[in-house]
Amino acid sequence: MAFESLSDRMSSIFRKLRGQARLTEANMDEMLREIRTALLEADVNFKVVKEFTTKVRDEAIGQEVLKKVSPGQMFVKIVHDEIVTLLGADQCELTFVAHRPTFIMMVGLQGSGKTTTAGKLARLMKRKLAKRVLLVAGDVYRPAAIDQLQTIARQLDVEFFSMGTSVSPVEIATKAMQKATEEKFDAVIFDTAGRLQIDENLMQELVNIENAVHPDEELLLMDAMAGQEAVNVARAFHEKLRITGMIMSKLDGDSRGGAALSIKHLTGIPIKYIGVGEKLEDLEIFYPERMADRILGMGDVVSLVEKVQEEVDEKSVRKTASKMMSGTFDLNDMLAQMEQIRRLGPLGKILKMIPGMPKITDEDQEKANIQLKKTKAIIQSMTPKERKNPDILKSSRKQRIAKGSGTDVQDINKLLNQFDQMKKMMKEMPAMAKKYEKR
Amino acid sequence: MGLFKYLKEKMFGKSVSQKEKYIAGLDKSKRNFSDRLKALTARYNKVDDSYFDELEEILIEADVGVRLSDEILDATKKEAMLRKEDNPTNINEILVDKMFVSYASQGDDIQTEIHFAESGPTVLLVVGVNGVGKTTTIAKLAYRYIKQGKKVLLVAGDTFRAGATEQLTIWAERLHCAIVKGKENQDPASVIYDGMVEGKKTQCDLIICDTAGRLQNKINLMNELAKMKRVITKEIENAPHEIFLILDATTGQNGVLQAKAFKECTSLTGVIITKMDGTSKGGILLSIRDELGIPVRFIGLGEKMEDLEEFDLDQYLYGLCIGKEEEA
Repeated sequence: MAFESLSDRMSSIFRKLRGQARLTEANMDEMLREIRTALLEADVNFKVVKEFTTKVRDEAIGQEVLKKVSPGQMFVKIVHDEIVTLLGADQCELTFVAHRPTFIMMVGLQGSGKTTTAGKLARLMKRKLAKRVLLVAGDVYRPAAIDQLQTIARQLDVEFFSMGTSVSPVEIATKAMQKATEEKFDAVIFDTAGRLQIDENLMQELVNIENAVHPDEELLLMDAMAGQEAVNVARAFHEKLRITGMIMSKLDGDSRGGAALSIKHLTGIPIKYIGVGEKLEDLEIFYPERMADRILGMGDVVSLVEKVQEEVDEKSVRKTASKMMSGTFDLNDMLAQMEQIRRLGPLGKILKMIPGMPKITDEDQEKANIQLKKTKAIIQSMTPKERKNPDILKSSRKQRIAKGSGTDVQDINKLLNQFDQMKKMMKEMPAMAKKYEKR
Repeated sequence: MGLFKYLKEKMFGKSVSQKEKYIAGLDKSKRNFSDRLKALTARYNKVDDSYFDELEEILIEADVGVRLSDEILDATKKEAMLRKEDNPTNINEILVDKMFVSYASQGDDIQTEIHFAESGPTVLLVVGVNGVGKTTTIAKLAYRYIKQGKKVLLVAGDTFRAGATEQLTIWAERLHCAIVKGKENQDPASVIYDGMVEGKKTQCDLIICDTAGRLQNKINLMNELAKMKRVITKEIENAPHEIFLILDATTGQNGVLQAKAFKECTSLTGVIITKMDGTSKGGILLSIRDELGIPVRFIGLGEKMEDLEEFDLDQYLYGLCIGKEEEA
């Protein structure tokens, strides 16, 4: 089946290459091919893939492989970092001008999400940047486009300006700018009709608007699902107009969004925001790291690998494991284990790094963190003897621990229950392992 | 006889206006593709590996996808070897031949027009991700079947996106066509229900149901769609008779995932590719057919209501690979 994850495919190659000390042309060949397929399946443009893989290979050749990682992991890391560098170069947010309204124009193909994103931007500017925004309906062609923007403006309680469908967009833009200047708005967001980059009349219309009002920002909307042609579309818009940035929409889907890499590589247009849902609050700042992971289809495996290698003390893990197997697991080990997890960072962040994990809300994360803290406090309020042998915990000891950790006896009982369950499971593990061996 | 020649001869028999519209519409799409094929042919006297590499590039840049491109090329190579063929022009013919076979040999028979029920209203459910052109395509379909003398009813099942109902209403007015509407954020299934009742009452021939755009990985939205389908089936036996996935020609490899998810949720009967008047080649349609067997029924070639054509594989490949210039 297509779209097997890159990590799955790479892992078989990883195995073959284990133990090699350097990245060489020979051991990189197969990996390069997999990277190439991964990038193409992510809709990165063919030519960009070609240039990119060549560049990466030249850079990677001869690099020494770090002790703890396999050459494959090392290589993916290099590719990943290269994508991040490319995507992140001259990244920037919106710029505002002082003393007059900032004029922002939205452009793009039909259905790329201009109107919705115009609304999202208006919300962001109003709520987060405290700007007074005028939303302007410049799409006079698509039926009900004006209604759509007006509804959004009403939902946001943002001022709305339209002149109907019988006035040219150039005039609408001019009048809107006049109104915004007179009434001291901070910014104008001008929605335009979707158009093909080869439609000369409609492209000229945008140029005319540009000449009439000199927009400060011209944002190109790009659908995250766009294929190979995306780069030609972006290039055409960029050549005719003065595009200042790109917003990638529909990134809440499962497309890999390779167009972002192609367009950035070939035109240098910076990516400013990403759309991650249909609701008006679903607009986020662009993070090159996340995008690189997504394009490579590896979740955040790359950074997880890094983190695990940095933080997890192998010795202590081995000790816990052997204790688990021999059945002498105690509360000290439970604490040590939790410490290991905690050192990796907030739980939510770790879960996010694992591909295919469902999104957990901030609320859930917060709960998990509080629980972790509580457990730690309880165990640390115990004497070494108690930690080794929790069976001696009777009610007076429990009351003391509760006081010491700022919890109550119930919490301690809950923890002891959990611990018993864990221990039981671990006792069964060696037996289970033997059973499997026999088969 | 090679398919290449076959295509040319077949096209010769087609009505001039139909052919011209198709070729004109696909002109920008195919310009790159066929020009590049020709330029490539001119550069090579004999075919070698680098020739095939360049063919691969052309296919992949048409969004055909890595896996299918390689499959088609492997088949082409094999046949070329068998026939001891190393003339670029002939190789190109084999390539087009393989593309044709790859499409034609998968899945169901190719029938483009809507299958009408023998009695009672025929129901068409239109689905797809956001911004692919569902509402516009519905208007085009309505126009097409009204012109064929059918009584058409539109159901505005997109109660989520701001302005969606208004957009379909404007089209209904232009088409002088009946429409059933709901309120903003009303459960779309209930609007669909009203549509079915109305359609039966007024004895419509064709009920076309619009739905809100949804990304295929949103499980609750896909469940909502499944519910709409159940409501339709409950009201009208054997309905919906047709379920069309609308797909933007600019879509890349995600198109296959879209088709797969929508197929699982609603058992699609066809795909309509929109925005084929742009520069995208829509090569993803070959992958969708290859992996899921779903045929393309119509293609959209512009923003006006008459800009919808039946999908014709011969013409698609012809327009893509051969183009206008060679006709003379």
